[in-house]
Amino acid sequence: MPEPEVDTRRREIAGVLTGEFQSPSPDQVLENVLENVLLFLTSRRDRNAVSLVCKSWYRAEALTRSDLFIGNCYAVSPRRAIERFRRVRSVVLKGKPRFADFNLMPPNWGAYFTPWVTAMATSYPWLEKVYLKRMFVTDRDLELLAQSFPAFKELVLVCCDGFGTSGLAGIASKCRQLRVLDLIEDEVADDEVDWISCFPESGTCLESLIFDCIECPINFEALERLVARSPSLRKLRLNRYVSIGQLYRLMIRAPQLTHLGSGSFSSSDIVAQGDQEPDYISAFAACRSLVCLSGFREIIPDYLPAIYPVCANLTSLNFSYANINTEQLKSVICHCHKLQIFWVLDSVCDEGLQAVAATCKELRELRVFPIDAREDSEGPVSEVGLQAISEGCRKLQSILYFCQRMTNAAVIAMSKNCSDLVVFRLCIMGRHRPDHITGEPMDEGFGAIVMNCKKLTRLAISGLLTDKAFSYIGKYGKLVRTLSVAFAGDSDMGLKYVLEGCPKLQKLEIRDSPFGDAALRSGLHHYYNMRFLWMSSCRLSRQGCEEIARAMPGLVVEVIRNENEEDKDGFEILYMYRSLERPRIDAPEFVTIL
Amino acid sequence: MENKVIYEKDLNLEATELRLGLPGTKKPEKQAPPSLKTSNKRALPDMNEESGSGNNSSVSDDGKSDRETAPAPKAQVVGWPPVRSFRKSCFQPKKTEAEEGRVYLKVSMDGAPYLRKIDLKVYKGYPELLKALEEMFKFSVGQYSEREGYNGSEYAPTYEDKDGDWMLVGDVPWDMFISSCKRLRIMKGSEARGLGCFL
Repeated sequence: MPEPEVDTRRREIAGVLTGEFQSPSPDQVLENVLENVLLFLTSRRDRNAVSLVCKSWYRAEALTRSDLFIGNCYAVSPRRAIERFRRVRSVVLKGKPRFADFNLMPPNWGAYFTPWVTAMATSYPWLEKVYLKRMFVTDRDLELLAQSFPAFKELVLVCCDGFGTSGLAGIASKCRQLRVLDLIEDEVADDEVDWISCFPESGTCLESLIFDCIECPINFEALERLVARSPSLRKLRLNRYVSIGQLYRLMIRAPQLTHLGSGSFSSSDIVAQGDQEPDYISAFAACRSLVCLSGFREIIPDYLPAIYPVCANLTSLNFSYANINTEQLKSVICHCHKLQIFWVLDSVCDEGLQAVAATCKELRELRVFPIDAREDSEGPVSEVGLQAISEGCRKLQSILYFCQRMTNAAVIAMSKNCSDLVVFRLCIMGRHRPDHITGEPMDEGFGAIVMNCKKLTRLAISGLLTDKAFSYIGKYGKLVRTLSVAFAGDSDMGLKYVLEGCPKLQKLEIRDSPFGDAALRSGLHHYYNMRFLWMSSCRLSRQGCEEIARAMPGLVVEVIRNENEEDKDGFEILYMYRSLERPRIDAPEFVTIL
Repeated sequence: MENKVIYEKDLNLEATELRLGLPGTKKPEKQAPPSLKTSNKRALPDMNEESGSGNNSSVSDDGKSDRETAPAPKAQVVGWPPVRSFRKSCFQPKKTEAEEGRVYLKVSMDGAPYLRKIDLKVYKGYPELLKALEEMFKFSVGQYSEREGYNGSEYAPTYEDKDGDWMLVGDVPWDMFISSCKRLRIMKGSEARGLGCFL
């Protein structure tokens, strides 16, 4: 039980024993009851609803919320959040918008963790978990975190940057209760610090250690010792500097692993000639609990058979860094009957996807990444693969598919076969590419998706698209929360259809599409309900944006210039979001807040 | 091309050397074999030979003019396709390494049960390479002379060149060696002596 509740209880009991107990007033009883009930309420949407009932419910909810979720770090200030929610154990903070991942946002835009960690250091002494996404985190921030929270248990950093191995060393050495250290797709500077050696010598509570994104070598002997003294370790994802021989040594020490990131899956500079290679197959066979496998960063396909023993149990397999061909994939996937999540490179071709469709009947999520991510590359997967998946994997809920050729027919087929789809993201890499068989725009395909997939909440569109596609989205996409648009549409009508038709729209990111000020105006009724709107290289003018800023004081309207841009009035990006605060003061020179 | 710069005093052979390149430039860049250079060839199924920096270039109309692939490829647009740069860069590793000049080679020694892989680019010349080999395999190469090969050792470091011939390490200039060496083998015994006497 959280500390303060225990104290209250103790006082009550003490009161009874000494005869000083006084019956609480009916209001107090109600509040106590409410607080105790609310402890069980974990969903933040439910909690938000509760807080709106009346003042006392608002107070009770604020006192009992232990998980704080802040979807946009600039929507609220640390001080305000801390004043309302006093007993927080876990914080989720999200910073930059997603298009920043693709170099569309100039660096140093913002999303600094520093003001948050500084405020929390004094106000949330019992903080246990921090989850950050697309935030700028410094080594000093990590140092402060490590020093300030004695009960700290979980640190998860996703797509963050600004820190290095010296920050990790601080976490490792000072967070004695650390159970989870997950570094996922971060940019981690190589400070040449041996952070692996910084974990407590006497043993750790580590359950999850994920560092596959770290692009510098680690001290392997120290890692081996760390694994040996971490009996609770279930999830271990190694970076590409760990060879298969080293992987073997770790696996035999940790057969209890459930999640494994296999590192390079290739030999280091010492390759045994003759019988001296370890028995990789046995090592995998000994991991009876393994359900999630990833890594394969520099795979030598000859080693693939080593994983056969675990395939039948796998629910998640990430081959998205594994340069393997159709036959190599087939040899593995034929065993993976329980697979639910599968990430792969298009190097496996349509035929490889056909093999997936034939075996993986339980598939929920598929991501097909391009090995050659350029507009004019060859493109080994096409509508053929998509069609096959739609026919074989009827339970599919989420798909991300990069390709060079697609047809409406295949997309329509998927919309009908996979009615459980919640996320549909299709990226036809050549801009403005039509259906390659009929030559028509891809309107009908995407239209069918929004029409037939009644649970769809996230959509990313591509290819040649007219305003018609948007009219379909506005008409049928009633649950769509996230929409991603690039090089699409003919006129303002496109954006209007969406802004007027999609009541649940929260996150809208648009680039290089012909939408102007009139279209922007059509969303005024809705912008307060959204987390953000991003529009870059569209047809907006500064006056148009200023108009929005004037009309909606609760919105922060940022216009972001290209750093090299001479014209102080020109801008590349409009990024706007609701906020309870005055506009941020940490914006760099190339950001103008209207 | 004559070098118009006149160096005083002694015969400056460098100044009068016939070579390609503008006056005032240093030694001509090693002509790297096509597979290592940023090439205009169509990518092979498993390897990318095109420069992968396209995702960071800004939109331009003329694109990269040195591309020979037909049809003329579109200019690469910033942030498109929407793949994180980390992922994009993972599959140009062979090319990127080659661009940086890394040359990974297998080294074997007669009688040793294991191979090693080394990066030739790490070494600046033969002495460094030989020293590294000696340390790696715990042997001594002896003294090298052009006429007699490696004296004072029963081992001789050899390499297989692009044509499939086995040559003695040290016979050709270093730069030529790096660009033509495919693998290394430290030969032992009579075979080694035979090779040394070949010259």
